[in-house]
Amino acid sequence: MTYREYLTVKDVFGIKDVFGPLVIVEGVEGVTYGELTEVRLPTGDIRRGRVLEISDSAVLVQVFEGTLGIGRDNVRVRFLGKGQEIQVSRDILGRVFDGEGRVADGGPPIIPEKRLNINGSPINPYARDYPNEFIQTGISTIDGLNTLVRGQKLPIFSGAGLPHARLAAQIARQARLLSTGQEQASGGTEAFAVVFAAMGITFEEADYFISEFRQTGAMERAVVFVNLAEDPPIERLAVPRMALTAAEYLAFELDMHVLVILTDMTNYSEALREVSAARREVPGRRGYPGYLYTDLATIYERAGRLKGKKGSITQIPILTMPEDDKTHPVPDLTGYITEGQLILSRTLYNQGISPPVDILPSLSRLKDKGIGRGKTREDHADVSNQLYAAYARGKSAKELAVILGEGALSPTDRLYVEFSDRFDREFVQQGEGENRGIEETLDIGWRLLGILPRKELKRIRPEYLDKYYKRVSQ
Amino acid sequence: MTEGTTKSEGVITRVAGPLVVANGLAGTKIFDMVRVGRLRLLGEVIEIRGANYSIQVYEETEGIGPGQPVYPSGEPLSVELGPGLIGAIFDGIQRPLDVINARMGPYIVKGAGYPPLSRDKKWHFQPTAKEGGRVAPGDVLGTIRESPLVEHRVMVPLGVEGELTYIEEKEATLEEVIARLRPERSEGTEHEITLLHRWPVRQPRPTYKKLPPDEPLVTGQRILDTLFPVVKGGTACVPGPFGSGKTVIQQQLAKWADADIIVYVGCGERGNEMADVLLSFPELKDPRSGRPLMERTVLVANTSNMPVAAREASIFTGITIAEYYRDMGYHVALMADSTSRWAEAMREISGRLEEMPGEEGFPPYLGSRLATFYERAGNILCLGSEGRKGTLSVIGSVSPPGGDLSEPVTQATLRVVKVFWSLDDRLASQRHFPAVNWLTSYSLYQPVVDEYAGKRIAAGWRENRREALRILQRESELEELVRLVGIEALSPEDRLIMEVARMIREDFLHQNAYHEVDTYTPMEKQYSLLEVVLRFYTQAQEALRRGIELDRIIDLPVREEIAKLRYIPVTQKEVFQGVLDRINEELSLQT
Ligand SMILES: Nc1ncnc2c1ncn2[C@@H]1O[C@H](COP(=O)(O)OP(=O)(O)OP(=O)(O)O)[C@@H](O)[C@H]1O
Ligand SMILES: [Mg+2]
Repeated sequence: MTYREYLTVKDVFGIKDVFGPLVIVEGVEGVTYGELTEVRLPTGDIRRGRVLEISDSAVLVQVFEGTLGIGRDNVRVRFLGKGQEIQVSRDILGRVFDGEGRVADGGPPIIPEKRLNINGSPINPYARDYPNEFIQTGISTIDGLNTLVRGQKLPIFSGAGLPHARLAAQIARQARLLSTGQEQASGGTEAFAVVFAAMGITFEEADYFISEFRQTGAMERAVVFVNLAEDPPIERLAVPRMALTAAEYLAFELDMHVLVILTDMTNYSEALREVSAARREVPGRRGYPGYLYTDLATIYERAGRLKGKKGSITQIPILTMPEDDKTHPVPDLTGYITEGQLILSRTLYNQGISPPVDILPSLSRLKDKGIGRGKTREDHADVSNQLYAAYARGKSAKELAVILGEGALSPTDRLYVEFSDRFDREFVQQGEGENRGIEETLDIGWRLLGILPRKELKRIRPEYLDKYYKRVSQ
Repeated sequence: MTEGTTKSEGVITRVAGPLVVANGLAGTKIFDMVRVGRLRLLGEVIEIRGANYSIQVYEETEGIGPGQPVYPSGEPLSVELGPGLIGAIFDGIQRPLDVINARMGPYIVKGAGYPPLSRDKKWHFQPTAKEGGRVAPGDVLGTIRESPLVEHRVMVPLGVEGELTYIEEKEATLEEVIARLRPERSEGTEHEITLLHRWPVRQPRPTYKKLPPDEPLVTGQRILDTLFPVVKGGTACVPGPFGSGKTVIQQQLAKWADADIIVYVGCGERGNEMADVLLSFPELKDPRSGRPLMERTVLVANTSNMPVAAREASIFTGITIAEYYRDMGYHVALMADSTSRWAEAMREISGRLEEMPGEEGFPPYLGSRLATFYERAGNILCLGSEGRKGTLSVIGSVSPPGGDLSEPVTQATLRVVKVFWSLDDRLASQRHFPAVNWLTSYSLYQPVVDEYAGKRIAAGWRENRREALRILQRESELEELVRLVGIEALSPEDRLIMEVARMIREDFLHQNAYHEVDTYTPMEKQYSLLEVVLRFYTQAQEALRRGIELDRIIDLPVREEIAKLRYIPVTQKEVFQGVLDRINEELSLQT
């Protein structure tokens, strides 16, 4: 402890109340909102926490590592006079940390270049540069229809048992910036640094990602924070913030392009609900606090690009939708904040289609600025719109056919049904190791559109139809 | 802000997120601004109970604690009004985000206090009033070219009246005196008028009187202007689940609506959306003047990650600025995206105050707050002797949880606004944009717009609109039937209706915001497009009656021509005529 720190630190013996993850401390002065605390147990154990509310007489502290073993007079509470911080330096690359930000891979400690408050500060909207650089993930449903761009936040909405981890890993492995002109000619494409934050996921799932990073050599450019299912739930509230603080350091101080994977945001939100319930706040929908939107926004909005900075932060949060319901508060509020969403479908998965991206409810809002001439290909936007329209029509015709039989469909609608079936098998379906270029993706699109007569293709400009359209003879 | 010395300093007793309680603030009034804590964060007194003053703080309160001081200002939360607003971007409490970025870097650091409007910049003041003349509040003293698109009219502020003893053409900064005025009765004390005014945001600016609306706010969006129009001085809301197109509609309006001034409030939404506006508006050209859109736009951005109390204020900041330009006699349109985030900010503060919650935790005064906001819209006669007219149109988006329109914010909004553009998840997932549901949306301004368009655009305006809606309505009934019996069981007449309804949807209602031509369609062209489709319908009915098979009609090549018309610039009138001729020609088929 430095002398300065010594001056700001305040110690109290004993506490008044313990309930859920919270404790109330009395008889301490000069504490401030948001301050970092340490609860010291007789065992020598130190639990970290954060001040949630203070009045003249009492301080409410949320204890990250749980309140087990804490009694009224067996602990000493220390207020550290500052917010929660992590230590960063270039050496965090390649390392694994626990949910408290401590080294967890048996390696040497980090010699910090800086300490940063994990809550960050809001990015000034004026300082933002608009994300518009196409990232090729090699996955057709993403590149062709829900294009990811550098600096975007694009979550995966999944369900229990669906292959979101494999999809996220494939993105992390294949994601490249398609550089223009000369760079491309010289084969130069830029890989991403990956910051991975696990919140309440299983050991297997976390291990899958870490070994995946190790095998592909991505680990050298990765920073991993792990809070597993058996770890203290309240700790999850700090994990994404530590990860994003690290990401901001890499992106905006070390000029790196960072891909941040946060999984699983539903577990995160449940931790927030637990604290809110313990405080007896008026619950919002399904017991989640009314400020869940704002809280999630302070995480998701930490993606982006900044004017005059070389690096960027692209976020892929993963969440599981309870009962596959996208109107559940966690996916719902996430969708209201992020710039689109990739939704996985159990129906597709059960039909053996993988990655089972359900394109209709999926969306990338930043797609339009990242595609087209000079970025992907001139016809990209039109093809994508047309594929959507045709697929939607094929799906609804198919529903009709299920009730009334194929015979009830008009000949054109039958073509649409054929289109949507083949679309699932040829466009959506792709191998875990299959890395498709954007041209290839668009060409598969055109091949499928060839099933339909030209006059049906109203979303595509005539000049592109002239150039790319070829009717498949029946 | 003048930091008062007469009111006593307070001491903080409690901190709960954005809410701080202090005592010892005797002399401070409700809604007064205060500076909170050692960091001197900006806050506003929102409740007084005995010695306890509850303060909502506009900045993140980390580092604030009991025992720290509170400094009163004696003034309510106010905005600065004057030249320099146009083209600027402010946060919810009117801090200049461009200046903050230039001085403090890309993150908004706490305690940043810079005046909203530049004190150094000189403006060329051109008087229109004369020395010796008598002036009253609202009278125009002179003008300033604020941007190539906006002439700023410098008005006599409220509560000041009398004879002009001095007024001069000059290059003036905001705080320089440009005119002096001797009040009628009280001798000696002259009023000095500068270019800078302040106005408390929670108080509507006065007008001479409200008038009924009489003119459409043309948006260039076909489904809006033709089917569910909004008027200048009107109110509209856009509810819809995430990703259904609320922001795109709001931005389309900000780009193309025929208003003189646009105030765009990004309230609790995405930073990138504000960046998008900031980066694209200087490039986009106003279709009427050919000038960059930024020259008529004011931005208020309090994004979702910025402090929640400032989000609550942002709506008031925006509308006060909008009223100021309305008072100059302009057509102003304000977009608020999203009013739900505003309501949630109120809910959060209310929760911390431990007020008795209403429905879904929202405060019981949610409805009346929303109403007071939308009530500030209108077609008005401005103060001042000239009889200037101004309008303020307000369009708010609503983000209902789970897309469920029965929730409190949507319901409270529908009770006050006159236009309902209901966005539909199903249409959005089919990428039918704008995803405005034509069966559930409505506009109570239709009669006003019908009358206007009947005179200015085409006599058949109202008939065509009704016919289009009738066909779409019929389509939805027929779709029900098809689900039961299949398409083949329909009569050729009904199948024709289904085909024509599809044409209306795909060739008219569907509109691509990102297509250079399709993004904006003037009223005349909207009429022509619909007219072509309906002409096709009448002639096709005729042909059916003559015994022509439906399939031959459906396959006519002219249909491809019709589909292309939306991409044809309105100036090429001959193309539209050509298509009408081909309809005549091709549908005069013989059996
Ligand atoms: N008129 C349009 N033309 C083309 N695309 C559109 C149009 N309207 C909406 N879209 C598409 O829909 C996407 C989502 O629209 P938008 O961002 O406006 O949704 P939103 O309702 O504001 O969602 P949220 O509530 O989450 O902010 C856009 O990014 C765009 O891809
Ligand atoms: Mg939006």
